[in-house]
Amino acid sequence: MSEDATTGWVDVASLAPRRHNLGDALFRGITAGAACTLVAIVVAIFAVLAWECAGALRTFGWGFLTTTKWDPVFENFGALPFIYGTLVSSLLALLQAVPLGIGTALFLSEMAPRWLRTPVSFLVELLAAIPSVVYGLWGIFVLVPWVRGYVAPALADTLGFLPFFQGPNYGVGMLAASIILAVMIVPYITSVALEVFQTVPVAQREAALALGATRWEMIRLAVLPYGRAGVIGAIMLGLGRALGETMAVTMVIGNRPDISLSFFAPASTMASVIANEFSEASSDLYVQVLVEIALVLMVVTMIVNVLARVLVWRVTGTAAVGK
Amino acid sequence: MRSSTRLLGLMIIALAIDSGSANAQIQLNGAGATFPYPMYSKWFSLYGKVDATSRFNYQSIGSGGGIKQISEQTVDFGASDGPMTDEQLAAAKGGPIMHVPTVMGAVVLTYNVEGVKTGLKLTPDVIADIFTGRIVKWNDGAIAKANPGVELPPRDIVVVHRSDGSGTSYIFTDYLSKVSANWRDKVGRGTAVSWPVGLGGKGNEGVTGLVKQTPFSIGYVELIYALSNDLPYASVKNKSGEFVKPSLESVTAAAAGVAADMPEDFRVSITDAPGPAAYPISGMTWLLVYEKQKDAEKGQKLVGFLNWMLGDGQKQASDLHYAPLPPAVATKALAALGKITTSDGKPLLAK
Repeated sequence: MSEDATTGWVDVASLAPRRHNLGDALFRGITAGAACTLVAIVVAIFAVLAWECAGALRTFGWGFLTTTKWDPVFENFGALPFIYGTLVSSLLALLQAVPLGIGTALFLSEMAPRWLRTPVSFLVELLAAIPSVVYGLWGIFVLVPWVRGYVAPALADTLGFLPFFQGPNYGVGMLAASIILAVMIVPYITSVALEVFQTVPVAQREAALALGATRWEMIRLAVLPYGRAGVIGAIMLGLGRALGETMAVTMVIGNRPDISLSFFAPASTMASVIANEFSEASSDLYVQVLVEIALVLMVVTMIVNVLARVLVWRVTGTAAVGK
Repeated sequence: MRSSTRLLGLMIIALAIDSGSANAQIQLNGAGATFPYPMYSKWFSLYGKVDATSRFNYQSIGSGGGIKQISEQTVDFGASDGPMTDEQLAAAKGGPIMHVPTVMGAVVLTYNVEGVKTGLKLTPDVIADIFTGRIVKWNDGAIAKANPGVELPPRDIVVVHRSDGSGTSYIFTDYLSKVSANWRDKVGRGTAVSWPVGLGGKGNEGVTGLVKQTPFSIGYVELIYALSNDLPYASVKNKSGEFVKPSLESVTAAAAGVAADMPEDFRVSITDAPGPAAYPISGMTWLLVYEKQKDAEKGQKLVGFLNWMLGDGQKQASDLHYAPLPPAVATKALAALGKITTSDGKPLLAK
């Protein structure tokens, strides 16, 4: 026991029994190992993808990202239609899912009777548990006929002056894909936003109300600003899912590697082209090109995540999401 | 040691010993085309009764995958809807590969046009023009000419093709390349091509779904899918000028038409076959086996199966809506089985 002669204070660390050090060291080693493994996996994925598509990188170079031709027979490949399809379908899905998700979360946390909160949030979370293929089947049999018969004509009638709602409508296309993606990412946004709104201290709300705010003003002044970072984190989560979603999208998007301003037009995404063509890709270059698209998808996802982090940092002053 | 731990230890040791014991069954692994998968499944289960010592495991990962796996020798046999190219054959690691024809199928043009239930007639030029986007309306003069008396609506044609790579697409684009120089130069043949127009559906199911739901659409699917879903399909004009309805008989007739000129390695395309009864968009599918089998026992089981398949097995084909090989081709293939030997040249086919 090392006792300080002048003050009599005891160095507590020296009181710790020696035999616990091995356990602590082991625990630290294991957890550090787990963390390193995860980082190593991400790096390894990038490295393997880059290695496997080296031939395609050499053949096409940067032009790959700006070419729109996709011709497996004459081996002319370009990724631009797929990048466009992925980004536009995800963005459109976000445009629909964010108001819906945050609105639902606000309703459940602020306005719904207490007994309603649990069953409704349970049902919303159930949406997240539905497999992607089931969404695809629902899309083919329910969503696509509905879009073709009702939604698209209605949009064409009311907003037809915009180039986004012009052109022939087949049911399958960017619009159907964005709707199905929106349905798939709403539960992520809703459940995280709901949690965040519920953590807003009662004191904050009461302070706003005490100052004479209406319910909506209270939400705007007390709840939303408090939950900003968390909500952005929820949106990032949803966006991540939308960017990578494969099966449901490929069943309703029409699978046409074209870029068109119209939302009624069929399109194709990076994930769907890989899922569609990888198993029958005959030549080495073809396989390498698909691997390169996978690499591009990972890079795009990474860039989007980085941008979202920057947004969170700007908005809240911290880089941490969810705080 | 506690008794439960000891018991567990003994169990593990017992299992380890037992797994090394002689198992009378020999397992053969194959992978490849999805199109003939139902037929192969039925054959493998039936053959298990003929020869109980062999067991087959087949993964339908696609023709491209089948070719790759047999080249890498990770499977005992491969399967493909399209014949291997010379480059692919040269790259195979185990030596020369034999193509054994198994069954045939047809690619039919299914459509969804109000007022036209069955019996639409299409000529090769019309089909090529529809799929290149030259013909855009159903009541186009060329279609009307082939279908006198049929009320064709003045609506746009919605073309549906496959979004995934597939042997079905290969057969269809192979046919189009033969009948249309424009298609051959602009698009070409392949399991996946750059389609000039149209929506892409995933799998035969995807195309069927899209055609069924989209009014005034036309797409191509395997015959069996059109039959199972009660879809109308078109008769196509063949090389001899007859409009032939796709059926098992007309597909077999297509192969019979080509049988006389069939190359020794069976790598033949039977699209646009000669003969009045031949359906022009037919395709053959093959099993890929090495001529020199590394494992003599497995090789013997494999050849035994192929022998049965080309004989009794062919009788099972029509029940599942696959066209059996014409007798001339089956005989030729049986004779070719004699070429499969062990690695030191001993033929494996039991006389």
